[in-house]
Amino acid sequence: MTEKMTGAQALVRALEHVGVDTVFGIPGGAILPAYDPLYDSTKVRHVLVRHEQGAGHAAEGYAQATGRVGVCMATSGPGATNLVTAIADAYMDSVPIVAITGQVATPLIGTDAFQEADISGITMPITKHNFLVTNAEDIPRTIAEAFHIAATGRPGPVLVDIAKDALTATTTFSWPPVMQLPGYRPVTRPHSKQIREAARLMTEAKRPVLYVGGGVHKARASAELLELAELTGIPVVTTLMARGTFPDSHPQHMGMPGMHGSVSAVGALQRSDLLIALGTRFDDRVTGRLDSFAPHAKVIHADIDPAEISKNRHADVPIVGDCREVIGDLTNAVRTEQADGRKGDYADWWQLLNGYKETYPLGYEEFADGSLAPQYVIERVSALVGPEAIYTAGVGQHQMWTAQFVRYEHPGTFINSGGAGTMGFAVPAAMGAKMGCPDKVVWAIDGDGCFQMTNQELATCAIEGVPIKVAVINNGNLGMVRQWQTLFYDERYSNTDLQQVKRIPDFVKLAEAYGCVGLRCERPEDVDATIAKAMEINDVPVVIDFVVHKDAMVWPMVAAGTSNDDIKYARDMAPNWEGGE
Amino acid sequence: MSRHTLSVLTENKPGVLARVAALFSRRGFNIDSLAVGPTEHDDISRMTIVVNVEELPLEQVTKQLNKLVNVIKIVELDNSQSVQRELMLIKVRTDSESRSHVLELVNLFRARCVDVAPDAVTIEVTGTTDKLDAFVRVLEPYGIKELVQSGMVAIGRGARSITDRSLRAIDRSA
Repeated sequence: MTEKMTGAQALVRALEHVGVDTVFGIPGGAILPAYDPLYDSTKVRHVLVRHEQGAGHAAEGYAQATGRVGVCMATSGPGATNLVTAIADAYMDSVPIVAITGQVATPLIGTDAFQEADISGITMPITKHNFLVTNAEDIPRTIAEAFHIAATGRPGPVLVDIAKDALTATTTFSWPPVMQLPGYRPVTRPHSKQIREAARLMTEAKRPVLYVGGGVHKARASAELLELAELTGIPVVTTLMARGTFPDSHPQHMGMPGMHGSVSAVGALQRSDLLIALGTRFDDRVTGRLDSFAPHAKVIHADIDPAEISKNRHADVPIVGDCREVIGDLTNAVRTEQADGRKGDYADWWQLLNGYKETYPLGYEEFADGSLAPQYVIERVSALVGPEAIYTAGVGQHQMWTAQFVRYEHPGTFINSGGAGTMGFAVPAAMGAKMGCPDKVVWAIDGDGCFQMTNQELATCAIEGVPIKVAVINNGNLGMVRQWQTLFYDERYSNTDLQQVKRIPDFVKLAEAYGCVGLRCERPEDVDATIAKAMEINDVPVVIDFVVHKDAMVWPMVAAGTSNDDIKYARDMAPNWEGGE
Repeated sequence: MSRHTLSVLTENKPGVLARVAALFSRRGFNIDSLAVGPTEHDDISRMTIVVNVEELPLEQVTKQLNKLVNVIKIVELDNSQSVQRELMLIKVRTDSESRSHVLELVNLFRARCVDVAPDAVTIEVTGTTDKLDAFVRVLEPYGIKELVQSGMVAIGRGARSITDRSLRAIDRSA
């Protein structure tokens, strides 16, 4: 079937065909032709955000909550450049989004025209791929290719920049188009020889660890992971991007590794003789000083992106493939080993690890003056709201506490900015997650610094009927930076005090100004009641200003550039690694 | 560090060279030499890239290159199993006295004289980097006025072609 229509109509029709139901964006000159047919679409809902960065993060939140491709749209020039931070964020965390931007008309490209920016050039290093479309007839095929690239293989952001004259020109539309991607062939089937070798190492190892990253949930493989873990009895650590992929309540769960990981998780990696790294990329925030990371361990590294394997740490058994297939095949291979009477014996290992767990549980300091400990707030939110909800976070101390003190039981229930570390991620991501999963309760745990970067999207939430909860962990400071100043800069607090004692802005009034309910809580005894009150309100967004003590710090901590072995579980308190033996 | 020659088959589309070049600089690799041109297939361009790196970073840059959607195939050409050529044009100062000496060198190096002026000759020479370096050294005493050099192009020896299988991939997607 072919039909005559404009490029803009073809764009909207193509979006409908690839299954888009929500687009976050802001119109402007160059993209304007696309907004006209979008106005008539009954399948695609366009959400008018207040800043393009909000559109980008909302698309990320939508994508991570639903597993589908998130979509954001902006005009040329500043509209497009405002998407850049969110695109970079999606690139670092492998989030499938498609960004559609208007471009000045083809004859004007390269002339420094009004609102012209070379957005495909700008985003080249931060997109999985991008396109500049100058012919209307190329629009449907390009949209199909963009969604295919974003969602398959290692997911990631794809930008489609469309010249205004391509949107206004007349073309013929037919669906499905034939994709032309001769250079794009992601490998998903793991090599069986490597799988057998991995299973053999797992059986022989004395101190193995399943080092689980964000790729496992992206492959929708948490059920397979649970099966493999229980079959083998191997301990599991879940990175920041993998929180919830393995249930926190499971006895084999050792916690989160890394700079602010638990002693048990960091200790497990450091003392391990075999890392089974699944969908994870040995990030510096996990490894600490690389040359002293897990020094006695052989490495099995499974990832869908061959370039991640042996990038930072040599892999003894490299496995390229989709984590779901890899884990399924590993489980079968281990079963074969076990059927032949070869089963790993990890009893001594577990004795050591359980010693770490008991001796060094996550904890925090409470304050004698009766002020609020931020960790307590987050612990109570988790206890009252429960593991069925989705939690988002910004970046900094509150993010680490949200990773540590929320009890995750389900994959994909913690959405945050890991690789890029984008402050301001929480509110728009929560909005996107809630729009993708309207039946889920969505809590944004935000910091007061982060909150002030993107809280304009509260207006979008209030107007579009997106009743998210925002818990602002308000310590009046850029807390993580302040923590480093405390530890490494002689308590010289250069430019980290946001002067919240003056309540500028007053977050309760701000919430009300945005049509949300604003609540404030300043004492431990009021925390539960305040959370309960927020949970009762389901028609408008709720913002809670939790005024917390400014001196709370994130522990444990591996100082940047030091070895994981030098982790401190509180200031100047190092664990005794041999204690458990 | 050692020199490696990569043959990179790419889609013949605008912006592909920028993507490849940007990837090298972003990942911290220097390109020693680069040549781009068409192939026997209209839809495929071929880049010959010479890099000076250790084995491990080479593997990393190859994997990163492979991730570029427009890159179809990468083959590392072994120096002994391939023919490698660069083209150089050199303008050398000559007068009636020195011209014949220079032309003798041109013959020795199997180069060609492509332009003659009263006080200069322009020479075209092809060969390996070593040969071109040697040629430049012997001409230097006469005075090199200007020199321009292409990137290296290289092709594997024997009957096998690296484009064959890639063409099939193109045909499948079309």
